[in-house]
Amino acid sequence: MSGLLLLIPVALALGLGGLATFLWALGAGQFDDLEGEAGRILFDDEDTPPPAPASPAHPRRAP
Amino acid sequence: MTLASAVIDAPALAFEANDRRCAHCGASVAAANERFCCIGCAGAYRLIEELGLTRYYATRTLAAEARAPQPPDEDATDLSAYAVAAADGTASLSLLVDGLHCAACVWLIESALKRQAAVTEARVTLTTRRLDLRWRGGIEAAAPLVALVQRLGYRLAPYDAERAAALTDDEGRRLLRALAIAGFAAGNVMLLSVAVWSGGAGDMGAATRDLLHWVSALIALPAVVFGGAPFFRSAWQALKHHRTNMDVPIAVGVVLTSAMSLYETIVSGPHAYFESVVMLLFFLLIGRYLDLRARGRARSAAQLLLALTTHQATVLDANGRVKRLAATAVESGEQVLVAPGERVPVDGRVVSGASAVDRSLIDGESTPALIAAGDRVLAGMVNLSAPLTLIVTATGNRTFLAEIVRLMEAAEQGRARLVALADRVARLYAPAVHGLALATFALWLFFAPWQQALLNAVAVLIITCPCALGLAVPAVQMIASGRLMQRGILLKSATALERLATVDMVVFDKTGTLTTGRLALEAADIAPDRLRLAAGLAAASRHPLSAALRRACPDGPAIDGVLEHQGAGLSAGQLRLGSRAFCSVASSDDDDRPELWLTQRNASPTRFTFRDELREDAATVIAALRRAGIEVSLLSGDRAPVVAALAARLGIADWRAEQTPVEKHAALAALTARGRKVLMVGDGLNDAPALAAAFVSMSPASAADVSQTAADVVFQGRSLKSVSETLAIARRSQTLVRENIALAIAYNALAVPLAMLGLVTPPLAAFAMASSSLIVLGNALRLCGSRA
Repeated sequence: MSGLLLLIPVALALGLGGLATFLWALGAGQFDDLEGEAGRILFDDEDTPPPAPASPAHPRRAP
Repeated sequence: MTLASAVIDAPALAFEANDRRCAHCGASVAAANERFCCIGCAGAYRLIEELGLTRYYATRTLAAEARAPQPPDEDATDLSAYAVAAADGTASLSLLVDGLHCAACVWLIESALKRQAAVTEARVTLTTRRLDLRWRGGIEAAAPLVALVQRLGYRLAPYDAERAAALTDDEGRRLLRALAIAGFAAGNVMLLSVAVWSGGAGDMGAATRDLLHWVSALIALPAVVFGGAPFFRSAWQALKHHRTNMDVPIAVGVVLTSAMSLYETIVSGPHAYFESVVMLLFFLLIGRYLDLRARGRARSAAQLLLALTTHQATVLDANGRVKRLAATAVESGEQVLVAPGERVPVDGRVVSGASAVDRSLIDGESTPALIAAGDRVLAGMVNLSAPLTLIVTATGNRTFLAEIVRLMEAAEQGRARLVALADRVARLYAPAVHGLALATFALWLFFAPWQQALLNAVAVLIITCPCALGLAVPAVQMIASGRLMQRGILLKSATALERLATVDMVVFDKTGTLTTGRLALEAADIAPDRLRLAAGLAAASRHPLSAALRRACPDGPAIDGVLEHQGAGLSAGQLRLGSRAFCSVASSDDDDRPELWLTQRNASPTRFTFRDELREDAATVIAALRRAGIEVSLLSGDRAPVVAALAARLGIADWRAEQTPVEKHAALAALTARGRKVLMVGDGLNDAPALAAAFVSMSPASAADVSQTAADVVFQGRSLKSVSETLAIARRSQTLVRENIALAIAYNALAVPLAMLGLVTPPLAAFAMASSSLIVLGNALRLCGSRA
């Protein structure tokens, strides 16, 4: 039974760690747009500069 | 490669399988060789190509029933007045975006804006439909950026922080925080409780059990204070006003159970219900959060519509200078300019200019009316062909619009008395639960010490706590409103689904509802070369009849040197296109249809007739409604022959024509008085009072602003199928809600007698609570998979 004295605090500490992380994420606004962010990951970020207006980028072709 | 060939070469990724669909929005296209349904869509497609963002078409998740945003044909509105300049040389603008569908829309708007050199930040939030935009430069640089998004097909409105859902955001966060804490507590207390239960059967000593109870109390009590706060607050509010609601039994149950469990812990008794309390709060908070999101969605839809209606007027002051003012700030006697394509912002009289106006939103009349100096115009009409100068005759609450709004508000008061099903159940619920708990306590006092009696009464309170009810209804509503939103249908009222489910009669308006409100050429007997000639002439004009000719024959080469004779017709040399008098034709062909004549030297005159274009699926939808046992009727402000012809075509036996707003309202009131549950579908200003008087109402997104405000549901797109889809989803979700309530009652009928007999132990209470919640939630989720 003495194991309990160690394991209960450990379990609680782990749980509290998770809770603290969640509350931090909530405060940082990560749960403000539940619908949009889920899809955002499917689109690549664009590092390339915008194309010059004179030559419009060619559309990507379907495979 | 030139731009034009790029458009033709580029594969329409999503719609290759069916070439009769518009490559941009997916609406079906009348002519087989057309790629787009309208000029707006063609423009949006070209713009997306030009920006190199065609991946949008491949990645968007357009449900078969959903509609992509359709760009308006009219000119973009300027919203740069709402931009705010910052000290560091940048400016920012917050806008509400209408027409957002999925993450691909977000990506498209953000990418398109980020490719503009000046833009430093562009972020779209899908949930609140807000676009935050920041760029280098002054506030005047906003106009091209706003126009860019509008050309992509999204409607924009200024975001007003006061009107918008800042409140919902905060409340959402607070609920999520409470939910997280309750979840953490539920998990950990459960862990300890399982140890107590399994140990209770074996060799666990009383001291160990007490230790575990104390640890549970340490976790559970703060969680109860924090997670229970929303319920305590709401219950307190209700009690203060001498009412009772669902939160009163919850609050009483939670407080009594916690106190009881703490007492048991202190006296080292076996009956600690900490896990039940926190689990109860956890489940209830989930329900509360879903409910908030569904309501928030409805509210943000309503706000969006409201924001889109902020109209501006272009006022001409005494020095001949032009300024933009809110339509409400315009004074009587001032002069206002109305550009072609613009909606008339105020009631007034024409001072100069001659034009055609579309008055279909005012009285349902489908043919544009010609107006000239001296004629009266009303707010809500659309100026079609030429600029007009008006002198304002009425503002504020003396306008025609204000009369309609008064009528509408009066009608709406009647509807506010309706109570949602869940609330009706809750009203019966609280007294029943408290009565049972009291009875249990009183009866047990005869047989046992008061602690035992109280323990059993508390068990009744725990068992009856309306977890299932509080979770199941919001879950169904959330899923249903999400599914409707994917199809471009916005629920503005939280009780609309429930009312829609019981509808037994649908009343349609004609112009703009059953029809698209656009005129279409009746091209049966016209020689193709004459049509090409007429369309070539018509290219020079913005008149709706000209636009209809262009749509019928878009590839006819435009003719140069066309002169427009306001209110009469067009001419180019010997070629004339216009009214009967303008073309000097004497003909006996006389019916009420709008017409144009084409005359040319050495050729007999050709007559083009037009009719209001029926929405493509109007007939199918009406047939489907009939099959579902719903009566269909037609109320129109248009002339009788036109309405009769349309009713005959659609097979509607019950129709009335030439109805004024008051008559429409009276007709709906009479139907309601006879006990009919009527769904009114209408778009005009003249429909607004009727929409408010109906049991439940729908209106297309193209409708007059007041009508959209009055309607419970607003649907986007050109298809009328939204009406039957909404009814189907409403019926399905209402069945699920009823099933869930029945399940919850059955569960109570089983468990309450056990609790009253004192047979419920902590593990049994915890198990019953969790299982009943999961069962109703699972049942609610069936709506996701159904094809209704």
